[in-house]
Amino acid sequence: MAQLALTAARPEEILLPAKPWFVLFTLFAGLAANMLPLSGMALLLRPDCLALILLFWCIREPRMIGVGIAWSLGLLMDVADGTVFGQHALAYAVLAYAAEYFRRRVLRFPLWQQAAQVAVLLLLCAALVALVRIVGGAPLPRWSYAVGSLTGALLWPPITVLLQWPQRPTRSTAEI
Amino acid sequence: MRHISVDPPPFFNRGPSPLTRLAFFGLVSLALLFTDTRYRYLENIRQVVAIALYPVQRAVQLPGEAAAWVGSYFASQRALANDNAQLKARMLNDASAIQSHPLLEQENARLRALLAMAARFPDAAIAAEVLYSGRDPFTQKLFVDKGDVAGVQIGQAVIDEIGVVGQVTRVFPYMSEVTLVTDKDHAVPVRVERSGVRSVMYGAGTGRLPELRFLSPNAEIQPGDRLVTSGIDGTYPAGLAVAQVASVERETGQMFARVSCKPLAGVDASAQVLILGSGAAAMPRPEEPAEADAPRKGRNRRKG
Repeated sequence: MAQLALTAARPEEILLPAKPWFVLFTLFAGLAANMLPLSGMALLLRPDCLALILLFWCIREPRMIGVGIAWSLGLLMDVADGTVFGQHALAYAVLAYAAEYFRRRVLRFPLWQQAAQVAVLLLLCAALVALVRIVGGAPLPRWSYAVGSLTGALLWPPITVLLQWPQRPTRSTAEI
Repeated sequence: MRHISVDPPPFFNRGPSPLTRLAFFGLVSLALLFTDTRYRYLENIRQVVAIALYPVQRAVQLPGEAAAWVGSYFASQRALANDNAQLKARMLNDASAIQSHPLLEQENARLRALLAMAARFPDAAIAAEVLYSGRDPFTQKLFVDKGDVAGVQIGQAVIDEIGVVGQVTRVFPYMSEVTLVTDKDHAVPVRVERSGVRSVMYGAGTGRLPELRFLSPNAEIQPGDRLVTSGIDGTYPAGLAVAQVASVERETGQMFARVSCKPLAGVDASAQVLILGSGAAAMPRPEEPAEADAPRKGRNRRKG
């Protein structure tokens, strides 16, 4: 059992369906994490937690979390950040669509290779936000803008293990 | 109730396809982006959602505040004693200035009455605490814990103990957004304290120093000069410290000198700020003289 906690579910392992309240709770936690009052180095390294958790559920539970929910969460994020309306909404909607498009491919790989693909998806999301801002007249962001996406990708394996934990069957395979 | 989570075969899919949904929500986002940047129709919706999010924001800040409180509670005796000694020394230092201050104020009031001028600083200033700095890497913003309920209004100047921090740009019921002087294209009318040269300081965005534009190469300005607000915009009261000139490049080929300045106030660091009341009413913008229009029309006609 202890071993179970440290590793992700094996592909052949059958998971319980995710509970909607748990999914909503984690998304809400992601939003709250994005609102943490950080500054300096922590702000630089801070991943977009909401995008990461959203991506996870879009890949794992595409029938529950899709483009629509991603879009609404993006609107909330826009208000929380005080940015232009629709900027995060657009980015998250595209992220959700990309997740739906690539989910079968992503799930075929081991966790750390998944993280590499997640990095690309998160960078795409960040680039969309940047694009919207640049069209709106903002200067080009500095290279450190991409750091958050990379930290997010590094967090993918632990997030996967953590968010999958309630879905693991309580009985070990040996008992069955 | 346990069932195995599998994808349904495609012919069981209901509702519009993801691509359709993406197209729909993408278009709605673009429409929102356009409306929000061009016209400010959506501020009401923003206010409502912001109120809903406010408890979450406060809840998220609680652990940090609690940690700070516990930390300050257990601050060592020596640190406090040190602080105390320092403050006493400073008080002694300032004593002469403080004692002469009432006298000067009286004199000033008399002189102002003579000149029939409004007091330079409106007395209704609101002390506010910085909640967090904006997370948007494209703008330089600050969120403070006083809002509409406390009487904050859009356009009020925000200062800290050293100088100008920025300007209130958005007011929510319990918090407000302050755009910092370093924000891109945020303009502050300034005056060089030493020589009195007037100019406007423009923010240059994240990580870049603000600059003075359109100063002629022979302008009386040098590195180290202090810039103070000139007060001619009606937003910032005159005489507040804004920045220090960091470098002046005078190239003979250029029309203007390139002057970059370093903000003095703890623009990124201050924890407490003061929101100045807008009581010092700005002079109303003079009516555009009617004659100004006439020549333009005439020119157009000539062109057409």
